[in-house]
Amino acid sequence: MRRLTPYLLALPSWMWLGIFLVVPMAAMASVSLQTGNAIDGFAMTFSFSNYTDALGRYSPQLLRSLLYGGLATGAMLVIGYPVAYWIAFKGGARKSMYLFLLLLPFFVSFVLRTISWGFLLADDGVLFGPLKSWGVLPAGFHVLATTFAVVGGLTYNFLPFMILPIYVALERVDPRVIEAAYDLYASRTAAFRRVVLPLSLPGVFAGVLMTFVPATADPVNAQILGGTSNTMIGNIIQTQYLTNLDYPTASALSFTLMAVLLVGIFIYAKALGTENVLEAAAR
Amino acid sequence: MDPSINPALLRGMTQARTRRDAFRIAGLSAAGLALAACGVQGKKAAPPKADAVKEFWAKQTKHGRVVFANWPEYMPENQAPLKKFQQATGISYEYKEVIQENAEFFGKADPVLRAGQSLGFDIVVMTNGVQLQHMIDLGYVTALDHSQMPNFLANVGDKYKDRAYDPGNVYTMPYTSGVTGIAYNTKYVKDEPKSIEALFDPKYKGRVGMMSDAQEIANFGMFALGLDPEKSTEADWQKAGAKLKAQRDAGIVRKYYDQSYIDAVSKGDVWISMAWSGDVFQRQLAGEPVKFVVPEEGGTIWTDNMLIPKNAANPLDALMLMDYLYQPAVAAELDEFIQYVTPVPAVQDLLRENAAKATGEAKKSLEDMVDSPLMFPSEADYAKLRTYTKLNTKQEQVFNPIFQSITQA
Repeated sequence: MRRLTPYLLALPSWMWLGIFLVVPMAAMASVSLQTGNAIDGFAMTFSFSNYTDALGRYSPQLLRSLLYGGLATGAMLVIGYPVAYWIAFKGGARKSMYLFLLLLPFFVSFVLRTISWGFLLADDGVLFGPLKSWGVLPAGFHVLATTFAVVGGLTYNFLPFMILPIYVALERVDPRVIEAAYDLYASRTAAFRRVVLPLSLPGVFAGVLMTFVPATADPVNAQILGGTSNTMIGNIIQTQYLTNLDYPTASALSFTLMAVLLVGIFIYAKALGTENVLEAAAR
Repeated sequence: MDPSINPALLRGMTQARTRRDAFRIAGLSAAGLALAACGVQGKKAAPPKADAVKEFWAKQTKHGRVVFANWPEYMPENQAPLKKFQQATGISYEYKEVIQENAEFFGKADPVLRAGQSLGFDIVVMTNGVQLQHMIDLGYVTALDHSQMPNFLANVGDKYKDRAYDPGNVYTMPYTSGVTGIAYNTKYVKDEPKSIEALFDPKYKGRVGMMSDAQEIANFGMFALGLDPEKSTEADWQKAGAKLKAQRDAGIVRKYYDQSYIDAVSKGDVWISMAWSGDVFQRQLAGEPVKFVVPEEGGTIWTDNMLIPKNAANPLDALMLMDYLYQPAVAAELDEFIQYVTPVPAVQDLLRENAAKATGEAKKSLEDMVDSPLMFPSEADYAKLRTYTKLNTKQEQVFNPIFQSITQA
């Protein structure tokens, strides 16, 4: 009995994984290989051509999603790292207040925030209307319905998920280590590059993971802020599933997206040296 | 690496399986079997037999409650018509504004109804179109009992008794109709666009809004080419697709919109857009600079319909409420708020009487409503209006990609 106890204790989480991860994934894998339609039913035909067809038709949107996800993640890193650094090292006693302020907008629903950007950035809205009437901006200037708007929206919406892990990593850096670097005649740049940055890499790794994946798969920003050629793979999956009831294509696309993201993450993990990163993160 | 000298592979091929391996293999094969076994069942249903319908309704009793799922802005905020129904019949109601889009609603309802469960709604409202067709084909809709809908039969217009998508009102009762036409922002577009060609005019480059719904946009492509969507063929769809693709590639379209088009056109993000009549009329009364026209080539008339989904808990109460709404006085009260086309023609006279009694602002807006061709289209207006292309499942698989490859490039 005693030996069984740990397994029994872990049972709920295994069941959770089984019911909410393994079963749906298996069902989705199965559906992705079926053919038919929603009225007459779908039957398993091991139709691997669902994958090739879907990829053939939607590879532009898939590549675009990876590009947008990548651009947004890059932008988040550039914006987020200094913010996290500043809060961790210069935040002083107000650290928790800064973090709270950072999170405050995210108490509002994701979709509502994105729609609000649509209002703010309207061609003749509160922001651009006056600028246009003063002649600062040309009359035809617009931000909505452009790639910039979509990538900007993604960057804004996922930013805290980049900042928080980096902050946690930086927060744990022992100040004595940095002091030691100075004692050993390191310049400020060298101390950052050779001590602080490597120690914060686990945070960066986690941040990139937590932002790149959802940003790439996101349908909301493209739909609300995008134009005629900003459709992302998430929008396609949604349309296939809800509008066309083409469950096989939707499942095949979801799996393809998942596979591409996993491969991407593995390559990225290899490049950063996972062993080190995971060890450091587990410390 | 040559697999024959891969040590791990060699070991795997030659060594005895441990018990753990056996479990693993068993698990994998079980998963494989499960995968092969679980298809999604088809539910195509034959039309109901008259006896079966009669038998079903004979068993129903009044439960004293009803749940009504509808679209936003389809009921006055004080819910007066429903309150009166409650007083008259003693049936308490729950009114939920949960339907925003046909496709999304159907996508969510399908698995529930497929599994034989109840949606938790006794009345739902859906537009004539592919999704409603699916609901009927899949047997998700309860056939109505015509002996228990006297108000409907007495008061509804003839046009609404013989609709191509539900001849003889076997399954649905029309809630309200509307027209898809063109809205324009009067601040930017000075002369009223009369032709559908305005949507293709390079003058409005980047300022044109089109709808993302495949059927809506397909109709406008076909109108522009002088084709009738009801009689259209695959070749027509291809032509309409080419026309719409050229419009997109020339940068004329700013975006393919869902319901959000109305904000875009009233804010001025787009100057001219495909639009639904009632939306524009409501904004106009609110003082926003938008106007609606039905282009001379044609517009789309659609109807939102009430139906009782399969496995609804209170079908008799639902039928009573649906029928209640066709009393002219109730229909007038509803239409005064909704401002789309009512299926009850007597409403126009009632609103005219109300206007005669009213004074000031209220009188003006009631008079506007009575005279509006958008609320009470004349025969000449109706002659310009077309419905959606009727599609079977196979045609849908051709139709959707043609137009979605434009709206979701």
